[in-house]
Amino acid sequence: MPLFEEGLVRLKQKIHNKEIKASDLVDEAFTRINEVDDKVKAFLTLNEDQAKAEARKLDEQALTSDALLAGMPIGLKDNLVTKGLKTTCASRILENYDPIYDATVVEKVRAEQAITIGKLNMDEFAMGSSTENSAYAKTRNPWDTDRVPGGSSGGSAAAVAAGEVLFALGTDTGGSIRQPSAFCGVVGMKPTYGRVSRFGVVAFASSLDQVGPITRTVEDNAYLLEAISGLDAHDSTSANVAVPNYAKALTGEIKGLRVAIPKEYLGEGIDAAVKDQIKAAIRQLEALGAECEEVSLPHSQYAVPAYYIIASSEASANLARFDGVRYGVRADTNDLIEMYKKSRSEGFGDEVKRRIMLGTFALSSGYYDAYYKKAQQARTLIKQDFEKVLENHDIIVGPTTPTPAFKVGELIDDPLTMYANDLLTIPVNLAGVPAISVPCGLADGMPVGLQMIGRPFGEETLYRAAYAYEQTASFKLAPAIKGAND
Amino acid sequence: MNDQIFSLNLGMEVTIVSRISEEEVKYVANLARLSFSDEEIKTFTTQLDDIIGFAEQLNELNTEGVEPTTHVLDMHNVMRKDQVVPSLPREEALKNAPLQEEGQVKVPLIMEAD
Repeated sequence: MPLFEEGLVRLKQKIHNKEIKASDLVDEAFTRINEVDDKVKAFLTLNEDQAKAEARKLDEQALTSDALLAGMPIGLKDNLVTKGLKTTCASRILENYDPIYDATVVEKVRAEQAITIGKLNMDEFAMGSSTENSAYAKTRNPWDTDRVPGGSSGGSAAAVAAGEVLFALGTDTGGSIRQPSAFCGVVGMKPTYGRVSRFGVVAFASSLDQVGPITRTVEDNAYLLEAISGLDAHDSTSANVAVPNYAKALTGEIKGLRVAIPKEYLGEGIDAAVKDQIKAAIRQLEALGAECEEVSLPHSQYAVPAYYIIASSEASANLARFDGVRYGVRADTNDLIEMYKKSRSEGFGDEVKRRIMLGTFALSSGYYDAYYKKAQQARTLIKQDFEKVLENHDIIVGPTTPTPAFKVGELIDDPLTMYANDLLTIPVNLAGVPAISVPCGLADGMPVGLQMIGRPFGEETLYRAAYAYEQTASFKLAPAIKGAND
Repeated sequence: MNDQIFSLNLGMEVTIVSRISEEEVKYVANLARLSFSDEEIKTFTTQLDDIIGFAEQLNELNTEGVEPTTHVLDMHNVMRKDQVVPSLPREEALKNAPLQEEGQVKVPLIMEAD
């Protein structure tokens, strides 16, 4: 049995008992990458020499280490800057970017002695829902390589599902952790806005972006979130809220938990097989003693249009920094304005350009009130929907995605249908609340994700509920992807 | 998408041809410092037109008196002490600059030489 199937707690025990070494874990990662990554294509950059050297150094030390993640192999989405390790955001414009500092989350996992295996593929600048917008590779879903892994953290979710790393970090602006986690049958948490520092995360939409863990189990997820959370002097939007020991919340007990089921999340446009799995999961929560009640989030349908205006507007400002001057690729021309235009036009892919254009349009004089301000007002109404429901309920439950993973190439020429794929995850980012996706069965042979949404800084309740569900649902399935020699 | 009437919160009804034209796309591209071929302009005009049309669903919402949300946390200016701390060494800061000279980033001529 692969070591990664045992989970962090058991693996740490095994290290303490001298049954395994940190090097064994790192070796398992690279062996598995050699076996399957030519099919999965989850990684953009490998950190093999450095990782193996760190593991050897830790082999002795990890025996007695109190560090949360001592010796555990981690994969990092390629929009988290890593000192001395190329960070491309899956964009041509950053193909040579060699960061001079570590993102705070990278510093934190390193401080807890996790070992970085490499950088993971994504949609360019995290814009997309299928990882097809990467300038370098199309990551495949380990459950069926004709299908997408989801996005934008598709490389992170696929690498975890394929057993290439124990766990990974992703980022979530409109569902980019939860949707690929659902598609790949793994656990993904989008924390409360402000829970985790964004310092060193290449910015897409600053009022929505959050970093979060993608793991095989709820327990591993709780440990990894604890490691990366907390106030950061480098990010003034990081919240000064104490970081709990999330694993303590994993009691298996949810008797009396008040669960809201929004009727909009099981309505039109949701695949019938997905609905069946979600309804079965709800019945199981009830069997565990949860009190489930149907509610309404009446402004749900406005979340996707509001999001595309807000996120694209913020992106158009954030991506102005890529001008070919201080870093990135510069086009060769003697005129300054031409240099900007050429560098950006050659460096950015179509989806990134589309969103920069939409954002620039929405913020431009004469249209600001009609689009940007209107979208921000819609955001208020969507946020209030959540506040009302969460006054009387502990969590909100529904599907993470309307369908299971779609085929590679199926939606890439149809931006609006692609955007609609995020209709159940986007409202959460607009409201700033936390949400987790947990595997809850298969539809047409592909994994389905159960989404649980909580109150601001209510991650403990989400972990408690997700763990109780996971323990009794015992979704133990793994993709059947095999190496060339198997 | 047909011509529509918008209220621009100016207290008056303004008629806007909501279909984005190729000229407007070119104008926005210049603001965004992007350049496109004629064929790309055509594709982007169609796609942006669709996306903007989709976003106009928001006009169904009555948002009179609704405060816009710019930030979800109840957070105001975050101040720190104005203390001098070590900053990046120049070589580090310039490490990724595509063109440099004498410890500075080099760019094409900005002002005309006299």
